[in-house]
Amino acid sequence: MPTCLIVDDSKVIRMVAKKIVVELGFEPVEAADGQQALDACKNSLPDAVLLDWNMPVMDGIQFLIELRKLPGGTAPKVVFCTTENDLGHIQKAIESGADEYIMKPFDSEIVQAKFSQVGLL
Amino acid sequence: MSPEDFDFVSQLIKKRSGLVLTPEKGYLLESRLLPLARKQGLKSLEELIAILRSRPEEKLLHEVTDAMTTNESFFFRDTRPFDLFRDEVLPKLIESRQAKKRIRIWCAAASTGQEPYSLAMILNEQAAKLAGWQWEIVGTDISTEALTRAQSGMFTQFEVQRGLPIQLLVKYFKKMGDKWEFDPALRAKVKFKEFNLLGEIGALGNYDVIFCRNVLIYFDKETKGAVLAKMAKMLPDDGLLFLGGAETVLGITEQFKPIAGQRGIYAVVK
Repeated sequence: MPTCLIVDDSKVIRMVAKKIVVELGFEPVEAADGQQALDACKNSLPDAVLLDWNMPVMDGIQFLIELRKLPGGTAPKVVFCTTENDLGHIQKAIESGADEYIMKPFDSEIVQAKFSQVGLL
Repeated sequence: MSPEDFDFVSQLIKKRSGLVLTPEKGYLLESRLLPLARKQGLKSLEELIAILRSRPEEKLLHEVTDAMTTNESFFFRDTRPFDLFRDEVLPKLIESRQAKKRIRIWCAAASTGQEPYSLAMILNEQAAKLAGWQWEIVGTDISTEALTRAQSGMFTQFEVQRGLPIQLLVKYFKKMGDKWEFDPALRAKVKFKEFNLLGEIGALGNYDVIFCRNVLIYFDKETKGAVLAKMAKMLPDDGLLFLGGAETVLGITEQFKPIAGQRGIYAVVK
């Protein structure tokens, strides 16, 4: 079963996202910030990452940059999932190696659409 | 809603739009017409139907048809037809239209504009190959409200997240408050017209490719046949028709034939 790392400092968002990715056929792994997510990736690279932007300790962008430097780190499909919904943030995410971008609020339909677009489904 | 009321309204809608409403779709009538009744200051759907029976004014009839025929749409819907258009159909068109350097596409149920705008983005992405070419996309729909939205080029955050790759959002859209505006220059290349598929089709002209996706599914067999016959006349010998995934021409007409390996695309038979 493919794995999806859900990175968000909100427990509620992680819970909602977890339910969605499980329905899409992914095994969820959770992280509450970028550092926790990076530690998880060093241990085992996921197939997908659903990534928040603003988090304590290490934010989403910093995590993404570090992830892409890991051996095999370009393989996971990274989909940002954030309240930052202006073009500047979206462009920065793409330049930093994001594959797709979801602007919150989100629902299962949007996650499914984005996962399909990057070839995860 | 009484069976008599359902029959009356469903007949009215079929006559005006071709849309066939079976009794199990009665909920659609209620969910779509109740807001319209309220907008008219009426207390119930029954009051609206009473007016439609006793003094049906064209404006109200139009709004009823509008409410029933507005369908959801999203960018690059179903992905595959657009991939086929970009990778298979367009290269052949570019090859076969070298002399005229002109491509015309008709989106026969343009709804709120996502389909014609998706095609416009695909064509624009081929700008190098289409330098010096004229391309035109005409989007038609029976719904005035849908076309008004299509022409505005404004989409909600929800709409731009359904099917639109993020790179294309960045390239072709600008954020305007809580909406996203489609590129005005590209928007200008897409013409929208109100058009009823049951009407006289000749005035629309001729096209190389017709997109008529997820429309025929709402028509009865006779209406499907009539619409397809009109479309066949508008296409050249190598013209193509795109239908929705759940639609087919088989058993309806022999004027189109499926293309092997390209599901949803039909070649005209002349």
